[in-house]
Amino acid sequence: MDLGTLQGITLSNIETVPGRTIVEFYGVVTGNTVRAKHIGRDLMAGLKNIVGGELKGYTELLQDSRLEATERMVEQARSMGANAVINVRFATSSIAQGAAELFAYGTAVRVE
Amino acid sequence: MEPGTVQNLNLLLQFGLPLALILFAYFIGSMLEKRHFRSIGAREDALHGFPVTTFRNLPQNWQVGQAELVTGNVVVSLDYFKRIIAGLRGLIGGRVKTYEPLLDRARREAVLRMVESAKSRGFDAVVNVRLDTSRLANSRGNGEGTAGVEMLAFGTALKLDGR
Repeated sequence: MDLGTLQGITLSNIETVPGRTIVEFYGVVTGNTVRAKHIGRDLMAGLKNIVGGELKGYTELLQDSRLEATERMVEQARSMGANAVINVRFATSSIAQGAAELFAYGTAVRVE
Repeated sequence: MEPGTVQNLNLLLQFGLPLALILFAYFIGSMLEKRHFRSIGAREDALHGFPVTTFRNLPQNWQVGQAELVTGNVVVSLDYFKRIIAGLRGLIGGRVKTYEPLLDRARREAVLRMVESAKSRGFDAVVNVRLDTSRLANSRGNGEGTAGVEMLAFGTALKLDGR
């Protein structure tokens, strides 16, 4: 997953972008996505569930979903005129059977 | 066919099959787990000397050139046999040993993926590493069906000047 610099916006999970100076704060930006597992993946995962270990289908699913949530967050930051999102956090919650919400949030800033 | 043979066959189908499945899951599951631990060990050795910290403040002498977010994730599930053992453990309480190696290797795998992704893109260090664990819901409402645990590792990768 190439989250690092999405469409020219720098992300970091520290309160600064190391090596740069923050010149303006724009506030909190968020992005989310709710995904359900599709039946083919679930079938394979069900088989894998017998012997245990990694469920690759789910790993990829969550990776894609997290990327999408992050892209939405970045889109919001760009519309505000920011060029970086700092202190990025991720959250996952199971909201219904077979579905999960992935959520990314951070602070949109302009750095020099 | 004699009635006794039919009964035996029935018995075999009723108890033999699940037992065979449990044994199969146990052997394959432990084999995969051992192999995974070996792979984790080897990859951790290969990354020896690559700075990965949970600090948010950088050492004073670091001249940062570029910073980016890096992540690594993995979804794992327990094998059939171990789930039964863990279920039995639930009756008497105490340490659930079958879960410990699973969560441990998943977490280390997630960190490794994050660090490997940072290294392959030319970064020199990862700081402020955070680890997240979340349980995925079962696919069926009655609590059955596939469920998994996701481990997520994320941090800020840095390119350092003068390195």
